[in-house]
Amino acid sequence: MKGVAITGMGIISSIGNSVEENLDSLLHENRAITRVQNITTIHADINKVGEIKKTNPELIAELDLPADNNFSRTAMIGTFAAKQAVENAGITAINEFRTGLISATSVGGMDMTEKYYYDYFEKPELVKYISCHDGGDVADKIASELGLKGMVTTISTACSSAANSIMLGARLIKSGKLDRVIVGGADALAKFTINGFKTLMILSDDYNQPFDNNRKGLNLGEAAAYLVLESDEIVKKQNKKVLARVSGYGNANDAFHQTASSENGDGAYLAMKKAFEVSGLKPSEIDYINVHGTATPNNDLSEGRAILRIYGEEKVPDFSSTKPFTGHTLAAAAAIEAVYSVLAIQNNVVYPNMNFKTPMEEFDLQPQTSLKNKNIDHVLSNSFGFGGNCSTLIFSKSE
Amino acid sequence: MKKTYINGVGCISTQKTFDTVFLEDAVYNQNDNILSVVSPVYKDFIAPAAARRMAKGVKNGIVASALAMKDAQAENVDAIITGTGLGCIEDSEKFLKNILDNNEEFLTPTAFIQSTHNTVGAQIALTMQCKGYNFTYVNGVVSFESALLDAKMQLEENEASSILVGGVDENGDYTMELFKLAQRVKQESEQPFHLLTPKTIGAVHGEGASFFVLENEKKDTTYAEILDVEIINTLQENEIETHITAFLKSNGLQVSDVDAIVLGFNGDVKFDSYYRTLSENTFSDTPQLYYKHLCGEYDTASAFGLWMASKVIKLQEIPEIVKVNSVKRTAYNTVVLYNQLSGKNHSFTLLSK
Amino acid sequence: MEALKLELKNKIITTLNLEDIAVEDIADTDALFGDGLGLDSIDALELIVILDKDYGIKLVDPKEGKTIFQSIESMAAYISANRTK
Repeated sequence: MKGVAITGMGIISSIGNSVEENLDSLLHENRAITRVQNITTIHADINKVGEIKKTNPELIAELDLPADNNFSRTAMIGTFAAKQAVENAGITAINEFRTGLISATSVGGMDMTEKYYYDYFEKPELVKYISCHDGGDVADKIASELGLKGMVTTISTACSSAANSIMLGARLIKSGKLDRVIVGGADALAKFTINGFKTLMILSDDYNQPFDNNRKGLNLGEAAAYLVLESDEIVKKQNKKVLARVSGYGNANDAFHQTASSENGDGAYLAMKKAFEVSGLKPSEIDYINVHGTATPNNDLSEGRAILRIYGEEKVPDFSSTKPFTGHTLAAAAAIEAVYSVLAIQNNVVYPNMNFKTPMEEFDLQPQTSLKNKNIDHVLSNSFGFGGNCSTLIFSKSE
Repeated sequence: MKKTYINGVGCISTQKTFDTVFLEDAVYNQNDNILSVVSPVYKDFIAPAAARRMAKGVKNGIVASALAMKDAQAENVDAIITGTGLGCIEDSEKFLKNILDNNEEFLTPTAFIQSTHNTVGAQIALTMQCKGYNFTYVNGVVSFESALLDAKMQLEENEASSILVGGVDENGDYTMELFKLAQRVKQESEQPFHLLTPKTIGAVHGEGASFFVLENEKKDTTYAEILDVEIINTLQENEIETHITAFLKSNGLQVSDVDAIVLGFNGDVKFDSYYRTLSENTFSDTPQLYYKHLCGEYDTASAFGLWMASKVIKLQEIPEIVKVNSVKRTAYNTVVLYNQLSGKNHSFTLLSK
Repeated sequence: MEALKLELKNKIITTLNLEDIAVEDIADTDALFGDGLGLDSIDALELIVILDKDYGIKLVDPKEGKTIFQSIESMAAYISANRTK
């Protein structure tokens, strides 16, 4: 199983504004979780987040947007990352092949909606932001900035969204429907999500500690990342450099509860199982698992159990959650973690699962806690979301 | 490669579409700028204990999917794929207003959970205990067609043999006020609304849930085969005729092979020209149908259009109320649907008997 | 205490949308979760907000709710002992 070629990547997150900066932070344990700075919220001091250290005016200037633009912050960071990815893939004529864009977001332009909700009727100059609330607005804006005219759509399955956009992109190429697909996701921090997760009481007031017995919950983050997937015909024709390949994918539903994962991680187990079937790989061939690892009591227990079910008697490979670096970036999480998975393959590293101290009492699973250099051929990346949505992607070194 | 058949349909809309044959009770409401669903008796489908936290869109989605399953005589499906433009917008409004009105204090989780776009697909999975593939698409007026395209790919590749696909959206009071402000919804003062002869921009808004059981085997309950689905973000008005001709050609068809075209006219004077071009030129000798005067405009209104087209093919009958012109055919075997909003997010769906 | 119990029953019915349940249907010692009234973890979070908003009691860890929300009786006892408003 060869998999679908990844020929470009772009990313902006709290730990860096480019692929290189993100890698540098991952290798040097540069953490970026801080108190809330960009949003006015009464929870600013108690909830730590992974914020992108660029303000909206800075992003507007860098993206060279006109003064009368109506970009939400999510659309800005999405465009920022997508442009990088297209440039990284060396694409000069975006519509030269049948090219699509599959984006992902959870709340889209909520950052503008919540800022101006009651002001729209008094201030006509704000009315342009009303359409930002539409789930497809971010993808529409990215497509327009890239000049992409073909298939554009958006997936929203909570925290697994971007994994599903990568999965759909790979399937569109495999089936021959498209030649090139830009896939990924974007989510800016919003008061809406901060408060939403707070009502579920799964936000930590400290730094998140994935797979630690004393974990208290997650830190939210904001990010955007996009990858360029291309058919082997284009790769051959244009002699493209292949960064890595999407070799496996699987999506399943836990069908257990609206927000919580089942005790044995049925959905997670099924998603991983399907991904192995698609890739033709055996679990023992995985060199690194980038776990979903949100550091909520429920996720890590359920995910850990599902991993143990997959591996049975076999040894579980090195695993870590990168969420202590970036926070949980919701619909963008699987996209940034896809970039990190490709970087792990390119640089032959396992990233440390920071903040881990005490193993969980329920099982014998310990994440990799320091940077580890070793050959990496295959990375498995998990992403799970509300509504029981479970997704697994497998990335492989290109032969 | 396997084929894709529509084997069951279920529709909750602003018309009585849940226990009727085919639009015999339909009413063309020209006085309201926002149309609301004709609700089924939810208790017949959902246990009160389960329904107590469900948003309107979730309930309509569950009922429409139950109707489609029953219609297809299907017990379970391999996957559930949903399209929704705004998700359960009433709960999003509620949660956001609570944040703003109470200065972020005393918030409860229920509205937040419901506001997540994939809540409809997730709750259908939970109700049906379906652990299979479950995607939700949220890209304006191609949300439903994205779901359709995804399902078709899986059925063709035999990755699944039965898939529940649907489009669902609900009206929220505050959002409707914002849509009026943004001129996406017509003003009350402009009524009576004549959808085919508009003078103003915007549309009469609606809501609904239309679900379909798609399978890769033909059976007694089959309505139609889905030959092709295409999504294009950007098309100029002068490209539309060439594009739809090319779309037909790629399926080995010519304009004259089309027995009916279903157009997404919504009464927006600025962008209905896309449909008018086709109506007055390429398809002037083809029976033309419209439907948004019955279901209103909303992101997944085109799912209502597909429901209507499926019925036309199965019953071989076009109700008077949906005819744009008086052209007739002896049989309705090949039907094409075209939809867009504000000149963006174009979709083409091709059906055959 | 009896007044508080009645108040809690009414609040639970309205807040949690228990349309088919009347105050008389809930006995003071009935289990609110599981086999009793059938409430779940999301309902528990709603009850935590009632404690905060109406009685000035802040719970930090949702697990604390387990014992407090066993029944109307346990809830009323906890509120009487800890309320700040």
